[in-house]
Amino acid sequence: MRLDVPSDLGMVGDAVELVATHLPPGTLSPRRISFNLRTALAEALGNAIRYGNGEDPDRIVRVYVELGRDFVRIHVDDDGHGFDPSRLPDPTHPENLEREYGRGLFVIRHLVDDVAFNEKGNGICLTLRAG
Amino acid sequence: MRFTLKKDKSGVVIVGVEGQLIVGNRQELKQKVLEALEEGSRKFVIDFSKTGYIDSSGLGVLVSLSKKIREQGGELRLAGLNADLQTLFELTKLDTLFAITRTAEEALAAF
Repeated sequence: MRLDVPSDLGMVGDAVELVATHLPPGTLSPRRISFNLRTALAEALGNAIRYGNGEDPDRIVRVYVELGRDFVRIHVDDDGHGFDPSRLPDPTHPENLEREYGRGLFVIRHLVDDVAFNEKGNGICLTLRAG
Repeated sequence: MRFTLKKDKSGVVIVGVEGQLIVGNRQELKQKVLEALEEGSRKFVIDFSKTGYIDSSGLGVLVSLSKKIREQGGELRLAGLNADLQTLFELTKLDTLFAITRTAEEALAAF
């Protein structure tokens, strides 16, 4: 499954629903699709649109969903310059708790089974294993 | 996804979040709550009993609203989180920042 998403934050919800509702049944439980996949994908798309593509209407975010026998893997790539995911502060630290931003990657890492980035840092790959 | 807004007889504003609270609709929630705050409301309950999922932008807007409401001498309570949403608040340690009740009725009774 492939999807090109315009760099408009208002499209995130619809894009997430399109992916979630077109997954064949069986690999992931309804609960994991309903919560883990939807939340993680919304995060990844939001980050790609806002930080990667700067909400530039001339840029798109490319989503590719790979279906395995016992996994679902979602690739989200933007046209940005990339970033270093190792340099993000801990959002659960008391001094960061009242910040409005900075939790996206933390949330993703806790909801999916594996997170990988491409070398440039403008592509993220989320893996959810069966269950 | 949509937001519902009503006031109970003691003036507490109850905001219902139906669907999801994410990057694409968080500004709408912020606007509705801030408008009620500007009109003089000081007690708020956000009811998540019909909410499927919340992303970090949604969490962020709740943090921001909580701060603004407190600055105006008000109070915000969250209610109706399902098990997954409760886990989300716990893992981000935001359960330490918010007053969370099982139901909107319990939140209203706590004011």
